Amino acid sequence: MIRVEGLTKDYGARRAIDHLSFHADDGEILGFLGPNGAGKTTAMRILCGYMPPTAGKAEVAGYDVVEQSLEVRRRVGYLPETVPLYPDMTVFDYLKFMADLRHLPKAGERVDDVLELVGLLDRADGYVANLSKGMRQRVGLAQALLHQPEVLILDEPTIGLDPAQIHEVRNLIQKLGRERTILLSTHILSEAQQVCDRVLIINKGHIVAEDTPERLQARVSGAQRIAIRVGNDGDGLEAVVRKVSGVLRVTQITVGSVEFETTPGTDARPQVARALVEAGYDLMEMRPIGVSLEEIFLQLTRDEPQPPEVWEGEPGPEETAESTSASHEEVNREG
Amino acid sequence: MRNIWTIANRELKYYFGSPAAYLVAFMFLIIIGIIFYANVVYAVTNQYAPGIDIVIGPMVTVLLFATPAITMRLLADEQRLGTMELLLTAPVRDWELVVGKWLGGFLFMIVILALTWLFPLLLNQIVDPGIDQGILVSGYLGLLLFTGALVAIGVAVSSLFSNQIAVFFATLGVYMVLWLIGLPGQASGGTGSELLRYIDISEHFYNTFYRGIIDLSDMVYFLALLALALFLGTVSLESRRWR
Repeated sequence: MIRVEGLTKDYGARRAIDHLSFHADDGEILGFLGPNGAGKTTAMRILCGYMPPTAGKAEVAGYDVVEQSLEVRRRVGYLPETVPLYPDMTVFDYLKFMADLRHLPKAGERVDDVLELVGLLDRADGYVANLSKGMRQRVGLAQALLHQPEVLILDEPTIGLDPAQIHEVRNLIQKLGRERTILLSTHILSEAQQVCDRVLIINKGHIVAEDTPERLQARVSGAQRIAIRVGNDGDGLEAVVRKVSGVLRVTQITVGSVEFETTPGTDARPQVARALVEAGYDLMEMRPIGVSLEEIFLQLTRDEPQPPEVWEGEPGPEETAESTSASHEEVNREG
Repeated sequence: MRNIWTIANRELKYYFGSPAAYLVAFMFLIIIGIIFYANVVYAVTNQYAPGIDIVIGPMVTVLLFATPAITMRLLADEQRLGTMELLLTAPVRDWELVVGKWLGGFLFMIVILALTWLFPLLLNQIVDPGIDQGILVSGYLGLLLFTGALVAIGVAVSSLFSNQIAVFFATLGVYMVLWLIGLPGQASGGTGSELLRYIDISEHFYNTFYRGIIDLSDMVYFLALLALALFLGTVSLESRRWR
């Protein structure tokens, strides 16, 4: 269980995350989605007890991350963005060290178990320095799973893996997510769509959307995209569709099939169908295509309205620009 | 306690598998060996019996340079590798981490110190009727306390940087200040100079342990210095979390 209220973190003058509030229940996989620098890693680090927030409260597995940091750390498995490994140790020794730090009984057996889980049993005696990126990632994941934590926090768990490994890790995450809380960050949208029960889109330290991947899709698809296919040769099909009112954009897919987008809030399907029949086409198929999470993401993270009161000292991402321009002035004065 | 030992144990394993650590130990013994040989030859030509101070005296000076070479990696390397994030999110208290690092470095230094027993043994064979056992015991006790404090300072400085070379020179700088700060005190006199001479690390070694005297106040000084350094190291580590 993760419960976060008004979580804020400042790095000097820069506000990395700004009043984040969200929760994740047991057996839920929550996806953190956002461009680089959105504050995903900062939020995750706070939840792992790596650093305290500037303001706000966070509870992980029923314990406060500031007041009961050690209790939280005992119950959280954390895979940082850059997997921290000791190159001078063997895979087994590294995991044994981590298991000993967590006081696990029968640490050696437990290490063998997690190595089997991530498919690295045959590399147990190899040095960490000689592992490929994908293998390192899996060692990091093994480290996070050692103590069978109630809460798993995974910062970009599939980065650097090949497609087969990505598939494996996603399956593993889904399997693990049945009985525990998982918070994972990613910027691969299809991954969030596939793995997560709920997605939190975060941009510039703010949550811009929070919902199931399906509902998010439905919410933004005020603009509908529809594919049509006609039976005959389809000459001039594009032009006919384009003339219908309410149609925004038309793209030719193949001869005889096009895709079009409608203006948000309108449904131009009946008009298009009528126009096609009147023009003498045999309408074979008309099928709505969901707007992909990719598009939702871009829409939400790009079209964010700029706060107008930038210079009134309102804390926000613009403050960075302000302070840097101020320091430029200082430099100029000195020069 | 268990966490401290787990961390110290990893450091020890690292040192015993590291060519760099062996090199430092080897250089240490070679330098002491050369000085030892030169002193013995000098004593023979001038016809006097050399004391154990010809081993312990140079060791103090060489330790000032060897210790930072051993301790510089302790916390700095964790920052460079990013494994600090791992340790700071493991259920380990910050002070346990610092003390564990100190213990690992200290135990390795003890191994080096133990190897230098070769020289007193050798000297005992050469000199008739043998060396002064009292100075041997007090000298090595002093060296142990001295090294413990130096390693603690090394750990504290190591928490400040992620670059080992920077840590080496910064640690050496702190040692040198502590080593020389009594000098202006000796020159001027007065209450201020008393204080400077009390802070001076060499004042607590050469006047007592080196001469075969075990003084409780000097033991307290070294243990206090050690504890203070470990405390500052912990504070420095904790402050990383707030940045």
